[in-house]
Amino acid sequence: MIATLVKIAWTNLRRDRVAQALTFLLPIIFFSIFASVFGNQSEGSTARIRIAVVDEDRSELSRRIAEGLAKESALRVRAKSDAAGSSMLLDRAGAERLVRDGDVPVAIVLPRGIGDAIMTSGGSIGAAGPRIQLLADVSDRVAPQMVFGLLQKVAMTSAPDLIMQGGLRQFEQYAGEMTPRQQSAVKAWLQRLTPRGSDANKAQDAASGVLGIGIDTVDVMRQGKTESLISFYAAGVGVMFLLFSVSGASGTLLDEVDSGTLDRMLSTRLGMTGLLAGKWIFLALMGTAQLTVMFLWGRIAFGLDLFHHLPGFFVMTIVTAAAAAGFGLVLATLARTRAQLSGMSTIIILIMSSLGGSMFPRFLMSETMQKFGLVTFNAWALDGYLKVFWRDAPLWQLWPQVLVLLTLTLVFLALARTFARRWEVA
Amino acid sequence: MDVLTVDGARKRFGDVIALDGATLALREGELLALLGPNGAGKTTLIRAIAGRVHLDGGQVRVFGTPVSGRRTPAELGIVPQELAVYPLLTARENLGAFGTLQGLSRRDLAGQVAWALEVTALADRADEPVKGFSGGMKRRLNIACGILHRPRIVLLDEPTVGVDPQSRDRIYDMLGGLTKAGVSLLVTTHHLEEAEARCTRTVIIDHGRVIAAGTLPELVDRTVGRHRVVTLRTDLPVASIPPGAEILSDDPRVLRARLSDVARELPPLLAALGSQGREVEDVEVRGPSLQSVFIHLTGRELRE
Repeated sequence: MIATLVKIAWTNLRRDRVAQALTFLLPIIFFSIFASVFGNQSEGSTARIRIAVVDEDRSELSRRIAEGLAKESALRVRAKSDAAGSSMLLDRAGAERLVRDGDVPVAIVLPRGIGDAIMTSGGSIGAAGPRIQLLADVSDRVAPQMVFGLLQKVAMTSAPDLIMQGGLRQFEQYAGEMTPRQQSAVKAWLQRLTPRGSDANKAQDAASGVLGIGIDTVDVMRQGKTESLISFYAAGVGVMFLLFSVSGASGTLLDEVDSGTLDRMLSTRLGMTGLLAGKWIFLALMGTAQLTVMFLWGRIAFGLDLFHHLPGFFVMTIVTAAAAAGFGLVLATLARTRAQLSGMSTIIILIMSSLGGSMFPRFLMSETMQKFGLVTFNAWALDGYLKVFWRDAPLWQLWPQVLVLLTLTLVFLALARTFARRWEVA
Repeated sequence: MDVLTVDGARKRFGDVIALDGATLALREGELLALLGPNGAGKTTLIRAIAGRVHLDGGQVRVFGTPVSGRRTPAELGIVPQELAVYPLLTARENLGAFGTLQGLSRRDLAGQVAWALEVTALADRADEPVKGFSGGMKRRLNIACGILHRPRIVLLDEPTVGVDPQSRDRIYDMLGGLTKAGVSLLVTTHHLEEAEARCTRTVIIDHGRVIAAGTLPELVDRTVGRHRVVTLRTDLPVASIPPGAEILSDDPRVLRARLSDVARELPPLLAALGSQGREVEDVEVRGPSLQSVFIHLTGRELRE
């Protein structure tokens, strides 16, 4: 008897392709996506961090730090004002703009007088005078920390001789001039610290860990505001569940097919185009309401700064809900049954959400995966929300996201209308 | 006057021939029953009339105008076999929604909804969600949604399936009221007794073709004839079968005879059995029925 039950279940599974996909294919797809995102299979190591470097000091020390950063294999340094590498060096405003626009997560500013300050202080932590500034988008919690550490290393190892000289001058100023024998010993020591030839690594080893330099991290995105990544999570989770809810709600179309209500409606003056338009408008309104509730809850419970971003929020919410509604209709008109719709939408939405950044931020992914994620609906919606809430972007800067989402809406509606023809005339 | 004509309708779905030259006509103010075994092509024919099936050949005309395109002619009302109403909406809300979709103006809508609720005897439950209704009430509402815009022709696909006899009577009373008002009805059904008792004419379809059409007497005359079938059961097996009778099935105690004049032919039959010393325990006399016509034409019983 038990064998009969097993046989029935096996036969059902064998004949249900959606169930097979959910059981075997979906885990493999997710494993591959997570492995690609976090394992960086294609690149073999952690992705290089893009940074901008502004040398306001133009001293020997700042030049060496900039060069040292450029040599770091973990960094991809941009020092010119445009991506093509023109002769114009970046200034502070340009670097800050790059961070704000999301082109780089971190910019390093070597302010005027930093070279003298470090040399005279011997690089000691907390010394008075100008300090290196790290302009960062703290929504990326990894890149600023990594760059901070690398900057410490580079600053101390790219010019240990200069820093030591500065330190010794300070020593003589307060402790008296060194004896000839001491000076001779220092000279020999400085030669070892000069980063040339095969001794360069030894020089870095000798200096690192002994000294530290002052670095200030400046959050150029929030500038003193205290809220965290709430807006990102509100958008990420909101968009993912928006897709689930519209695909579920659009399934009423299949219910209406089964109940004969669709036939009845098609026998009225409505017609299929009108019927789909009505469904789409309802789903878009429902999606708008759902996202609004989500962000309102973020405002109430987590202090999300919703009310200062209302225009951008509504633009993104309306176009996102409109496109999601179209997407739901495509799935519903493509599926033959409710069960098929449920399985299909689960697979597609989870894949889009993982690739598109709803589950984990795309800026944590490799560049390849970030670009690949743009094929998904979620990525464009989330990019728009991040522009609104993180980058304080003006409305006009949302045009790429709005354009893509509106285009997707039209494509989805055209597809849904095409698929729905099967219900019109046999 | 023929308000609806189907002429040589042909439709094939892959290897399956659904309609194979079906032809029929619906007259003004009549209740026409469309009978046929499962898979005979009834639903395809109804959908073709409604403009929902594109015919491979032949033509459907409504008031002389060919039905084409994807739109159902405005003169038609459709009542699908399924309960095509929204269960979470009330009866009044369902009627209001479908009335609006049928293009009724706001002013007409209120009056038509009140009329439909009255006709279907649902006025006292008008504001309750449909999900709590009985099967018969849902069926009546299903019909009401199809006639709300006062169509001149109504196509009803199995309007009484799954409801009790009382509800069936109520539904047919409702349909009778419509025909009196001049509405023409085409009804598919599996209930031969209903068709026989309630419908003006009957069309029988099988294998996509209309194999007979007419009133019950016309069909009887053309098929089984007007003789009665008499079935007799005796206490013991008969020694010899009287002339004109036959043994039915494997039981030698059951005889059947076809009699054109029962009053004249039955007494000699009973006397012949009595002369053999057999006592007649039971006598059944059956007149010609739609069922006998149907079996004669299709070779099959019509089952729900």
